[in-house]
Amino acid sequence: MFLKIAYKSLVDRKVSVFMTLMALIVSISLLLSVEHIRVQTKESFASTVSGTDLIIGARTGSLNLLLYSVFRVGAPTNNISWSTYKNISGSDEVKWAIPLSLGDSHRGYRVLGTNQDYFRYFSYGAKHPLVFAQGREFSDAFEVVLGSAVARSLGYSQGAEILLSHGISSADFNLHKGSPFTVVGILEPTGTPVDQTVHVSLQGLKAIHNSAQYGGDPESITAFMVALKSRIGVFSLQRTVNNYKAEPVMAILPGVALSELWQMMGILEQTLRFIGVLVLMSALLGLSAMLLSSVRERRHEIQLLRMAGASPLYLFLLSELEVLLITLAGLCASLLFVWLAFALGQGYLAGAFGINISADIFTLNTLVLSLIVAGSALLTGALPALAMYIRARRP
Amino acid sequence: MSVILQDLIFSHHEDDTLLNIPRWEVASGEKVFLEGESGSGKSTLLNLIAGILPPTSGQIALLGERLERLNQRQRDRFRAGNIGYIFQQFNLIPYLNAIDNILLAQEFSNKVTGNGFARAQELLEQLQLPESVWRLPGQSLSIGQQQRVAIARALFNSPRLILADEPTSALDQKNRKAFMEILMDLCDAYQSTLIFVSHDPTLASDFDRIDVLGDINKAGA
Repeated sequence: MFLKIAYKSLVDRKVSVFMTLMALIVSISLLLSVEHIRVQTKESFASTVSGTDLIIGARTGSLNLLLYSVFRVGAPTNNISWSTYKNISGSDEVKWAIPLSLGDSHRGYRVLGTNQDYFRYFSYGAKHPLVFAQGREFSDAFEVVLGSAVARSLGYSQGAEILLSHGISSADFNLHKGSPFTVVGILEPTGTPVDQTVHVSLQGLKAIHNSAQYGGDPESITAFMVALKSRIGVFSLQRTVNNYKAEPVMAILPGVALSELWQMMGILEQTLRFIGVLVLMSALLGLSAMLLSSVRERRHEIQLLRMAGASPLYLFLLSELEVLLITLAGLCASLLFVWLAFALGQGYLAGAFGINISADIFTLNTLVLSLIVAGSALLTGALPALAMYIRARRP
Repeated sequence: MSVILQDLIFSHHEDDTLLNIPRWEVASGEKVFLEGESGSGKSTLLNLIAGILPPTSGQIALLGERLERLNQRQRDRFRAGNIGYIFQQFNLIPYLNAIDNILLAQEFSNKVTGNGFARAQELLEQLQLPESVWRLPGQSLSIGQQQRVAIARALFNSPRLILADEPTSALDQKNRKAFMEILMDLCDAYQSTLIFVSHDPTLASDFDRIDVLGDINKAGA
């Protein structure tokens, strides 16, 4: 009967309850999405690269180097010479080194020039190696391996022929015509920028830029990733690289640079979170105001329930139950809405921003957040409930 | 005795005594008509007898229970099981149907256990309320029907005391007569004591006793 009274009284005031519910849904959805994106990007950031001890490139900001070498975001400032790469990667403590050469694109996807070591050594997440969904790694200059998202969104499969363009626009006017590449392999999805990348050999890149020279080593590359035999040597190699005399190069620790990047994102994230909390608070205050203003028009109801034997506490709890019902309805609708939005928007986010957001919002974090929302609702709802209580005590 | 008030004083503010009743009694099964103008404190007196308000001082003995000695929670429980109350109007929760409105009486008292629904139906039949309106929300019933549902709720727990606060003032002549007949009959049938408060002495004919609130209340005298 308690639940029935609460439910029916809400249905009786359906217009104002509906408007309040809408405000709640908007604010809870905002909060849930911000929180979900935050957790997901953090995870996806931290898992973009693993097993790499140093990233070495032309001297620039460490974030800049990280962004273009790992995330393929922004433009590389300068190249480093092949001989520098050879020198550093040839030192004793280096276990492996993967050269990276950027600057071209295919229909908006970045082209990465590298060698076979990339497929052998590169790892992400919990030391997952790259796995081929189809085909094999490139062995000839005009062969190409696609990240899973590239293949999926452009509809390429093994054997397709593609043209690369200079620069990073998806316009056609810079096409390197006359040098088509054949797709020989497609990688399994990784949830990292690898999915958005078109991989070619360094020789292939060189060939399309200077068709006179076919084969041989490139003159320069953008950066390279290094793993050491023993991690103890990381700082000493970093110092050696940073003091390299032949040309200005720098070495960064990907973990450190990632957390620096994350700190920068953190300000934005905190701001979004703060706005989310404010919006939720205003919605909850709106809910309280709605219930508070209805206390007066419910005075007969209160009087009646009192005469039937209801204690003032019963009326307090009745008001809180109404708050809880509205909030639960808001939470359910928001969860459904956010889940749908991510399920539908997942592909777009991955394609446009290279961020892999899973639609699975039903996590412990979401549960905790939902409990916090319900708790705050009950807290702000205590005000109208108290008004009911006071009215119940003194007829 | 069903109700005994002794040296009862009630005031909202210290120097403004609203009620001062040295002694007033109602015997078990008695039907008392308490006449009083509006503003004379009759609703306050009913709230005191019902245990909604505690007295400023004095004694309220109800069915042998000293009400002023109980705390609010105990008074609420006592009221739920032993007192039926009929208001002037707004007797029903507008969004609950007639049956649920009657079942409110079961919500706060465990006097009627088991199927309250059957009991509610039985009462509605006794009150000759057409079955077509049983499941209509309170707000779509006519005033006459609403007041009859109010009687059903008041009688649900077979209370030994029924308090009625001008229950007929919103009814027309024909409904008023029917309402009074039903109320009197059912009070007899359930052997309930009735305290009926009204400003309209024409309703007083069938009562055992007629008291005027102005006479028993010495406040301001």
